Amino acid sequence: MPQFLEHSGTSWQGQNVKHTPSLIDRLDPRLRVVLVSVFAVVTVLSQSFMSLSMAAAMGLLLALLAQLNIKRTLRRVLAMDMFMIFLIILLPFTTPGETWFEVAGLSASKAGFLHALMILLKAHAVVLALLAMVGTLSATTLGHALARLRVPDKLVHLMLFTVRYLEVIGQEYKRMRRAMQARAFVLRTNRHTWRAIGYLVGMLLVHSLERSERIMAAMKCRGYQGKFYLFDDMTFTRQDVTFSLLFVPCLGLLIGMNFL
Amino acid sequence: MHIVDGALSVPVLVTGAVLTIAGVAMGLKKMDYDHLPQVGVLSAAFFIASYIHLPIGFSSVHLILNGLIGLALGWAAFPALLVALFLQAVFFGFGGFVVLGVNTLNIALPAVMMYYLCRHGVSSSSANVAAIWGAIGGAGAIVMTTLMVALSLMLSGEAFALAAKATFIAHIPVMIIEGFVTAAAVLLIRQVKPEFLGIDEERAYG
Repeated sequence: MPQFLEHSGTSWQGQNVKHTPSLIDRLDPRLRVVLVSVFAVVTVLSQSFMSLSMAAAMGLLLALLAQLNIKRTLRRVLAMDMFMIFLIILLPFTTPGETWFEVAGLSASKAGFLHALMILLKAHAVVLALLAMVGTLSATTLGHALARLRVPDKLVHLMLFTVRYLEVIGQEYKRMRRAMQARAFVLRTNRHTWRAIGYLVGMLLVHSLERSERIMAAMKCRGYQGKFYLFDDMTFTRQDVTFSLLFVPCLGLLIGMNFL
Repeated sequence: MHIVDGALSVPVLVTGAVLTIAGVAMGLKKMDYDHLPQVGVLSAAFFIASYIHLPIGFSSVHLILNGLIGLALGWAAFPALLVALFLQAVFFGFGGFVVLGVNTLNIALPAVMMYYLCRHGVSSSSANVAAIWGAIGGAGAIVMTTLMVALSLMLSGEAFALAAKATFIAHIPVMIIEGFVTAAAVLLIRQVKPEFLGIDEERAYG
């Protein structure tokens, strides 16, 4: 995969990624999570091209509404495409059916091509909606919204911890890599590289573990009893009602189109 | 190793989701609140480590390290990996949303299997034996994950059979590299922080 397509987790910017405030930001986070989940399930289960085209259009519309950073979004969508491109290209040739066209003696079937197109539409519709509705939330808000939606406490806490320490550990990793580079370490395809990287990973884990012990001690000292308190109260406002009144009929239409 | 939304059939999606929920429930039950920071920080560490790209020929592969995750976390690998995959899906658009269950199962179940298979091996008093079991854990987890990804594709339609086979073949180098990397990581952790792998210092060096 070319370097520019990789969204490297080591440069995870956590909450620092800026996005322009938009209409979507004014909606209740809980509503955004619920609507996007329903939308994703409906889209993945849809079988007709009409409803899938509409789903893709809705995904695009949500992305526009959320004023997603075009470059960043394009990079992510392209990265996803690179991931599935192999599957998509193979599909017309491996699906039995009447020959549609031939490439180098291999016959491609129309059924396979349509199937591939369907997967493409579904994946893009879902990813755009997801990035627009949930990807624009801060991870903390998302955690709180999930907690309010009755996702188990421990799981939400775990997510909040992971998000909090992604950046810290990312820095730690970069620091160690810089130290290796300073000692003229270059990644190659040999056992020396793999051993060095293994040691790096091991050391990263040991450092992380020791850090977690210090975190635990500091939290205990401040009276941690296995519970986080959720201060923000999320309210369902008129804007949410309006948005739902627009969105839910669209979902109904998506479902309905499958039965035409 | 992620599968995108839309490719898999409904029975596969449902099975994956149900089994993942069971695995996560099991993991949460075994993990008390005192272990939360530990699992969270390790989950973050693995998230970062899985973005290390190693060159191989003209291309590069990234580490998955689910064997090591399993050895470090046991059943808690399920919730840890679910969180990591969820964050990737939501904030990076990487992997799918509805397939989250299948993706988590494909990566976390091998991790737990390697935990039970190699736990005793890596705490052996001989460093060589421990390294070999570490390699088995690292490579074995990738073998299992690849097989499960291939199986999820094949169960979703015969047309995916070729893609499934190609996935397996394409991942053979990853298996080898993960074996070496995990073995080295196990060796280092044994030296530096043996209790991490559940090793009694006295037993190992006494």
